[in-house]
Amino acid sequence: MLRIDALRAIYNQLEQCVVVTIMGAVSAELQSIGHQPNFFYLQHAMGLASSMGLGIALSRPELKVVVFDGDGSLLMNLGGLTTLARYRPPNLVHVVFDNESLLSVGGFPTATATGSDLAGIAHAAGIPHTATVHNLESFQQAFSQALDANQLTTLVAKVEAKGPPVFLTDLPLLENRFQFARYLKNLAR
Amino acid sequence: MPVSVTNSQLIYAALKACDIRIMSALPETWLVHLIRMADDDPQTTLVRLAKEEEGVGISAGAHLAGVKSAMLMQNHGFLQSINGIVSLARLYRIPLLMLISYRGEFGERDPWQTEGGSVTEALLNALSIPYTRLEEPAHVARRIRKAQALAESSLKPVALLLCRDLMWEE
Repeated sequence: MLRIDALRAIYNQLEQCVVVTIMGAVSAELQSIGHQPNFFYLQHAMGLASSMGLGIALSRPELKVVVFDGDGSLLMNLGGLTTLARYRPPNLVHVVFDNESLLSVGGFPTATATGSDLAGIAHAAGIPHTATVHNLESFQQAFSQALDANQLTTLVAKVEAKGPPVFLTDLPLLENRFQFARYLKNLAR
Repeated sequence: MPVSVTNSQLIYAALKACDIRIMSALPETWLVHLIRMADDDPQTTLVRLAKEEEGVGISAGAHLAGVKSAMLMQNHGFLQSINGIVSLARLYRIPLLMLISYRGEFGERDPWQTEGGSVTEALLNALSIPYTRLEEPAHVARRIRKAQALAESSLKPVALLLCRDLMWEE
């Protein structure tokens, strides 16, 4: 499964959500499909996308929050899984694109390449629903179920270690940040 | 435990007066009463962290979602959070209200706290983070209010150092 195909497959469902992504390929690919004001791209601070998603989900329980994480980022904040599990916001879907590598910095293998199981770790941390999917059809199905489930889910999608040739987009970081905050402010509470 | 309940209450009341709704925390001795107050307050969401840097993410998410938050941590937790402070809060102009218990200063008896104490202010200065000390009960409410005002207007982190004379009753 290619990550960009997975993103394309669920793109229409993101319209009704608030989306936080990690840096690098995930951010560039989602923007290549089409930027929306409800998408925030955390272009650094690896590991903190899930913590940001938790902060939004706790602040605005009426919103559905989707975090697009990665194996390299999540491995930098495994403790954060226990914090997610502790507060288990039902309005948060935590997707982890696991390509078993640090793709944007040379493709060196992460620990998932040698067997570390992120869905297993999330389950053991206490995340109420976890799954690992390996193909597009099962990803699409599992994502839709997670959106409807009203239960915190960590969904690990195994994807190929392939990404776009460049990661830089024409959306400045602060433009994205202020547009996103304004969008959330204007949404009826 | 001679952590000042009275002064912890002053700090907590000042945070409430600033409309703080989310407090992230990692326990440390001087913060015990503050954390209990947050936990007992139905209007406050206390987020207990595994590691302090997560609190930068929580506060960033809360700010973008329109909710005011504060971070309670030890100065070693501040040291632990520096990448998040730089590459999230500063990069994206996120206000952070950091209440940092200032261990390792004059009077410190725990040898393990002393290195952190000796670098805390140097690092705050290196990061251009405005900070002030909370030592006198009479200053607490005003300084917390002013710190939050500056964080919100500058869209940057600010720090309040919770000092021994305020937090610890010898």
